[in-house]
Amino acid sequence: MAETLSRSQNPREWLAFALVWGSAALVTATFCWLLGDIVWHGLSHVSWTFLTAPPENAGRRGGIGPILVSTSLILGVCLAVSLPIGIGTAVLLAEFTSDQSLFGRMTRRSLDVLAGVPSIVFGLFGNAFFCKTLGLGFSILSGGLTLACMVLPILIRSTEEGFRAVPASYRLSAAALGLSRTTTLVHLLLPAAVPGLLVGLVLGVGRAIAETAALIFTSGYVDRMPESLLDSGRALSIHIFDLSMNVSGGDANAYASTLVLVIMLLAINGTASWLATYGLHRKVVTV
Amino acid sequence: MTSLRSNTLSRWPTDELLCWVLRGTATIAGTIVLLIVVFLIVEALPALYHVGLPRFFTDPSWHPADGLYNLTPMLWGTLFAMTGSVLIATPLGILSAVFCHYYAPPTLARPYRRLIELLAGIPSVVYGFWGLVVLVPLIAEIQPPGPSLLAGILILTIMILPTITLMADASLANVPQQYLRGAAALGLPRWATIQSVVFPAAKSGLCTGVILETGRAIGETMAILMVCGNVVQIPSSIFDPIRTLTANIALEMAYALGDHRAALFVSGLVLMAMIVALVLAAEWISRGRVYG
Amino acid sequence: MTPVEPITGPRVRHPLEERPACPASQPIVEVDRLSLYYGGKPAFQDVTLSINKGCITALVGPSGCGKTSFLTCLNRLTDLIAGCRVSGRITIDALDVLAPGINVIQLRRRIGMIFQKPNPFPLTIRRNLEFPLREHGLRGREQIARIIETTLRDVGLWDEVKDRLDSPALALSGGQQQRLCIARALALLPEVLLMDEPCSALDPLSSGVVEDLIVGLRERYTVLIVTHNLAQARRIADYAALFWVQNGAGRLIETGAAKQIFEEPRDPLTAAYVSGMRG
Repeated sequence: MAETLSRSQNPREWLAFALVWGSAALVTATFCWLLGDIVWHGLSHVSWTFLTAPPENAGRRGGIGPILVSTSLILGVCLAVSLPIGIGTAVLLAEFTSDQSLFGRMTRRSLDVLAGVPSIVFGLFGNAFFCKTLGLGFSILSGGLTLACMVLPILIRSTEEGFRAVPASYRLSAAALGLSRTTTLVHLLLPAAVPGLLVGLVLGVGRAIAETAALIFTSGYVDRMPESLLDSGRALSIHIFDLSMNVSGGDANAYASTLVLVIMLLAINGTASWLATYGLHRKVVTV
Repeated sequence: MTSLRSNTLSRWPTDELLCWVLRGTATIAGTIVLLIVVFLIVEALPALYHVGLPRFFTDPSWHPADGLYNLTPMLWGTLFAMTGSVLIATPLGILSAVFCHYYAPPTLARPYRRLIELLAGIPSVVYGFWGLVVLVPLIAEIQPPGPSLLAGILILTIMILPTITLMADASLANVPQQYLRGAAALGLPRWATIQSVVFPAAKSGLCTGVILETGRAIGETMAILMVCGNVVQIPSSIFDPIRTLTANIALEMAYALGDHRAALFVSGLVLMAMIVALVLAAEWISRGRVYG
Repeated sequence: MTPVEPITGPRVRHPLEERPACPASQPIVEVDRLSLYYGGKPAFQDVTLSINKGCITALVGPSGCGKTSFLTCLNRLTDLIAGCRVSGRITIDALDVLAPGINVIQLRRRIGMIFQKPNPFPLTIRRNLEFPLREHGLRGREQIARIIETTLRDVGLWDEVKDRLDSPALALSGGQQQRLCIARALALLPEVLLMDEPCSALDPLSSGVVEDLIVGLRERYTVLIVTHNLAQARRIADYAALFWVQNGAGRLIETGAAKQIFEEPRDPLTAAYVSGMRG
């Protein structure tokens, strides 16, 4: 009653109502358009052969087999490096340093900046440091290492959240029983922090798979099947970029590759939010 | 929550060891930023030395092969694309968040939030590709050539929209319930409450969101590269093609040598400086919220 | 879901006079002018107190007067709190607790602590007891099994859980969880047990069971118990110490035999508090 009264009195309320619903509708429509377009054009080209066959004629025909292999190798290198460093840093920040300590503050701030660094700048850095200075050249290794630097902030932040969500009573009771901190960490805190860690892992994987700009001049363009980590390998996102920009007549395969990439990312994001909810749920039940 | 110094665990060798290992990993993680800055500077030095900073703004044009290094058109390109997209995405994103919190029924709010999260996870190359095959031809029908500042602004808007929406969503969720109840008790209608109670209370979170989206808009490379046409010029209308700083790096890095390569690292440094400034601004704002 | 705890029936308490006396007063913990500051703000100041071996000493007083903080000094849990500073001197059996170089792990093994909220680890019942034992170097499987059985019997939990030692500890009821925590502390054979309001988060029935258990620990262990429940302190304590906030910091007002504190308090504050007029 009060609402209808004020609405009829106040055209501003009506305008706001229309604007808010309008923007939500606009965003939803755009999203559906984008996704629908990709699914519509891409679906007919995706098949088992497409996923396994090597690309032919600069990618106009053939599939994306070697490209998927390169992508997973880059991802593997990225995780193998970023996981230990990320978890270690998160443990140190959450459990072994106070929020006031200089070391903790400096690390945190530098990670904040790192999280904002544009991917193309990571590309420049990776090219100068891993490819040139360390002499790794255009290779899967360089690309993976560059991505590792990039996903670290995400990984650290959500792992740290995971540790902070562990009730303080675990730490107190463990200390009161005279358990060492290593034991407390390994047997009590780490298992309890696993949901946060997994969310970080999944988000990091998502960011790594989505990345293009940082890989163009670190892991390179070569679309052959890589033979070692020191070979150049083309990531899926670079393949899409190359097909749509540099190869005329590559649109059909570009659509199909885009669809594959989008499905991978939707699956990853779904996993992340499922994990986040499931992890929270479990915590509520057990404590 | 614990401080290392006060804890006497010297008798427990595994604890000591663990501590040093952890500090090692954190040091690696913390120095990456420094390493990035150092490498950008080292690689940019030849250009700064041979060309000098002023010439990046005063040279007649950007023709690295002829030794001409004017970055201004690219700076303008970045600035225009960024401003345009932030101007569209900010109201749209904040209204989206308002929709989730105060207008949508719960059955709609939850899927809408999920949708925004999905948008946030879609790679830039996918947006770029879509822009290239869908948006650019549409714009070409209105006003050729098609690849243009407008296409860049629209794509960037879609890309940064999730950033501001999720930030705004989080800060609206933090507005204390008693403010809303107080406003309801005064009989304020919905939008009046949002405008006069919710927005002021969520101000710092919204500002942080704007800063974050600005950072994303500045740093975006692939999508912009694919839809903007990449002509080095200061645009005279939104239908003119432009080239941004990031696109310039991505386009020329592959074959750049010597001073040209160094000049690209200079533009990398410029980008980095912008981002650091934005992060510091965001931190300053959020500190204001904590202590103010 | 969880079995109902055995009901002990209306519990008959010894009046103060009839209670078996604790062993001849022989101090085991000596606290000398102990003060604790959180970031420069005092939690309590200048507490001097000695705790007799084999007795139950109750720390009573209104909330916020530093009783819990006092407990955490004794096993150096204060180390885990950033910005916390302790001054003064604590000796336990001639061991200087606050000395910088002492082995805190060993100290905490000798001093068990029970918290207000039962806090078993999210492991099985057996692992909850076994894990700290293994950590302190006990390896023999049979020996561990024996200790688990003994301590669970000591806390009266054995018959309730012996068939489901491998089910999650968090599935136990609140009172059972608290007794499991006591068993976990007892398994390490501590000399002193610190209890921070061990019954206040439990329902009345479980609270009674835990209280009986604490009384049963007299003589074998030295128990320091913080409680808000004056009736409980009256029922179980041999000695009592009253804390009170004065000038913004907790202080020890009066200490002595429980009978004297509760029946012939010397300090007017104590008299007002035990008679329920203040606090």
